[in-house]
Amino acid sequence: MALPPPDPQFVLRGTSAAVHTLHFSCGGPEPDIPLLFSGSENGFIHVWNLKTHRVDTALDGHGRKSVYCVETMGGKDRLLSQGRDQRICLWDLAEGRTSVTDSVFTEHVGFCRCSLLKVAQGRWLMAMAARSLEEVQILELPSKTSVCTLKPEVGAKLGMPMCLKLWQLSCDSQPVLLAGYEDGSVVLWNVSMGKVLSQLICHQEPVMSLDFDAEKAKGISGSSEKVLSIWSVNEQQNLQVYKTHELVNAGISDITIRADKKILATAGWDHRIRIFGWKKLKPLAVLDYHTATVHCVSFSDHSNPRERLLAAGSKDQRISVWSIYAQT
Amino acid sequence: VCFIPGGSDCSISFVSHVLGKVCVHGRQKEILGVLVPHLTDLTKSDCVWQRICWRLVECVPDRWMEAVVLGFVQGAPGADVLSRLLGNLVVKNKKAQFVVTQKMLLLQYGHTTAVLQNLLGYLSLDSLRRTLLLRVLQELLETWSSSSAVKHSPAEQQLYISKAILICLSHLKEPEIESCRQELLTSMMEGVKCHLDSSLPQLRRLGMVVAESISLKINTEGPVLKFEYEEDDETRELKSLLVQTPPLCVVPSFLDDESEKADAALPLVPESNEKPHTAAPMMPDEELDAELDSDDDLTPYDMSEDKELKIKAPVYIRDCIEVLTGSRSEDVDKWEATVKALEGLVRKNPAATREVSVELAKILLHLEEKTCIEGFVELRQRAQVAVLTIDPIPVAKYLTSQFYSLNYSLRQRMDILDVLVLAAQELSCPKFHGKTKHSGAQKPCIQLLRGSDSSKDWRRIVDERIKSKTRRFDMGQSHVELASRPNEFNSVAGHFFFPLIQHFDRPLTTFDLLGEDHLVLGRLVHTLAILMYLAVNTMAVAAMGKALLEFVWALRFHTDSYVRQGLLSCISSLLLSVPTERILADMTEELLETQSWLGDVMEKDPDGDCRRLALQNLLLMENLKKKLEAIPS
Repeated sequence: MALPPPDPQFVLRGTSAAVHTLHFSCGGPEPDIPLLFSGSENGFIHVWNLKTHRVDTALDGHGRKSVYCVETMGGKDRLLSQGRDQRICLWDLAEGRTSVTDSVFTEHVGFCRCSLLKVAQGRWLMAMAARSLEEVQILELPSKTSVCTLKPEVGAKLGMPMCLKLWQLSCDSQPVLLAGYEDGSVVLWNVSMGKVLSQLICHQEPVMSLDFDAEKAKGISGSSEKVLSIWSVNEQQNLQVYKTHELVNAGISDITIRADKKILATAGWDHRIRIFGWKKLKPLAVLDYHTATVHCVSFSDHSNPRERLLAAGSKDQRISVWSIYAQT
Repeated sequence: VCFIPGGSDCSISFVSHVLGKVCVHGRQKEILGVLVPHLTDLTKSDCVWQRICWRLVECVPDRWMEAVVLGFVQGAPGADVLSRLLGNLVVKNKKAQFVVTQKMLLLQYGHTTAVLQNLLGYLSLDSLRRTLLLRVLQELLETWSSSSAVKHSPAEQQLYISKAILICLSHLKEPEIESCRQELLTSMMEGVKCHLDSSLPQLRRLGMVVAESISLKINTEGPVLKFEYEEDDETRELKSLLVQTPPLCVVPSFLDDESEKADAALPLVPESNEKPHTAAPMMPDEELDAELDSDDDLTPYDMSEDKELKIKAPVYIRDCIEVLTGSRSEDVDKWEATVKALEGLVRKNPAATREVSVELAKILLHLEEKTCIEGFVELRQRAQVAVLTIDPIPVAKYLTSQFYSLNYSLRQRMDILDVLVLAAQELSCPKFHGKTKHSGAQKPCIQLLRGSDSSKDWRRIVDERIKSKTRRFDMGQSHVELASRPNEFNSVAGHFFFPLIQHFDRPLTTFDLLGEDHLVLGRLVHTLAILMYLAVNTMAVAAMGKALLEFVWALRFHTDSYVRQGLLSCISSLLLSVPTERILADMTEELLETQSWLGDVMEKDPDGDCRRLALQNLLLMENLKKKLEAIPS
């Protein structure tokens, strides 16, 4: 007899606007407070204290335009945020400061979240959608130098890039980029040479979100239709469809795989969060709490596995935090 | 008459005379049936025989030349044979040139496609004659693109000219197309405009096919003109004429494999190239199953509540009105659900609907598609019909008044007519098992959702009605009796009919029935005919009949054939619906005048459907007379 799905452990209210992006920072040693960063439609980034469940700080750096991506760069003191004001801001939050140290003017008017990859101590690569319709630009941070621009060939008609993921197999291997586009295809790019390694049509509709497991070389993508597509990258660096999974309701905003690669969570337009086992995509749970479309899901990076959490941000202005499958 | 070759120079003019005289007396088939095969064989390789043959036809006196040339063109098995037999007769002889280039193409239209192929192929086979081919094409295009020709010539003639144009195009070579590209383009633009203006769907399709073919020929690279229309046998045959088969086959049969080639030859706008490979999905290896599956540690939760997300539609009519008129653009899901549920709600809550019927009708008339719902037009129409049937009188009053108001689009006005007809149909039919069911044997369904070719429906309907009226013996009780109910259309028929007929001659700034908007006039006339037909056994039918007869009389000389077809359908429904006694009592003189008008139409109207309908009406009138005489007085 299956148990009914759990309720959220707690719910964070107070953003007064739809929540578009979430990022945990709980990996620090004991005196550090576990934090959750959230970006909202009213342009604020809220820093939530997960012990008190209250907002510690609110950062206003995007001119009241919606913030749709937040990421930490090596710890909770350095934050990167991307907003609809066409800027990516780098924040310095150490010792209570809340200042923007640097910003990149992307000239991108879409919703494509940037992707960060740490390549060396203090150096990151960032992939972001650029000004021109189909291009993706790779910058090195914090120097902001352009590494390359990935342009699809003329006539490819991929449309806008919708979601990006930079990864590398190990520290010294070449970084590669997975990009999901408006026409439903996922493209694997070689960043250093700037050319396409493989392209795979995964969906009939735009790819809304994707995530990738570098160890198993398997990835998953979700779209505005009812199908989740799981694909793999083989040794020749070719993308192949592994399997597909049909959902009950159409529309996925976000997908994320937990760090232990055991489960993944999807944020749906049908107000529900779904949990699947990553190995065989076995449906595990449907978390039905929100009353509007769920925009983002994120797993925490707690060092103690039992404390791991899942957070989901929705258009109904609430962030639900769940503890699910934390025992494994 | 067997032709015996002579070995020396001889004059064969007497043979020409004989040939001419026989042909002009109408015996072309007999004499040429024997002559042509012989000459075909003899002229195949022998130049002398060819010259003899040419002399033969050249010497035919002018007064008989037409008959001879006609006979040859019709009798020759192929264009190459015709070329061998006639040689350059058309260039040398003025009469022959007139017959071939003018008379057979522009003044007559009864010849078969094979004859056209012969004729035009013949013109294309020799360089001296090709100038004639170009001239012929120009004249054909002039006729095709002239708006008065499109309006007044019969459909069969227009089909003939279109075929001729396509065959000419198929014979043209690149340099020739280059030289007349500009003229082709101009004619195409003008012609396509006239054809699309026409109210008859067949003419519109003809125009589209020919324009596409011309565009294909003059733009060999780059995008070509492509219309959307339903393919049928006629369009397929026309398209197949664009591709010429090599002149080896005896009797060209154009359908089937040619049409495939022709279809392949029509290039569509080039689609985006490389679609990358999509590999077949890999089946997960069996090894993974053998491995200890750590997923087994994760027990799934109960997911039985996970069902499809359904947006609830409102349950009350007034809530529906609120949603549909609400300006909040975020509630599009609710709006969609409301539109889908509206018809059902209206029918289930007649009392509530009656309170707000006119308001609902107004909202539906102006409702525009906010999101992309499948079948939006049908959903809206069904809701409108439901509202109209629940509360006929006020809603009919509203709709008919709006039909003649300012600032509606033609599409909206035609929608009003469609809704009125569908509702009238529903009201006048007996309901079977609580649902409206049209028993196929009794009343054929009138489909009016799209711009239908109602003249075809009318043929069927009137035929069935005539059948049902003239048969005297009992068909037996083999079919189930429909439950009888009072005819709900009885009390409201007048409200549907008279307001529509009242203001047709009063032009508004944006809407002039008697002027440009003759398409709407045609639809109005057809609507009136259907309403008349459905009003059988109602109290108002006699008054309706009289008004309709006056209406038809005022419009009987309208230039648009679709309108005329409608007017004739009106007369049919009138004769079928109004009881005979009332016809005789109220409308005798008008009917006699109508009878003479019908006779005129039957003989002189250029449109085939009009003539047929007029004939049908005259037959109905005859039946009436006979019935009267059969009644013992």
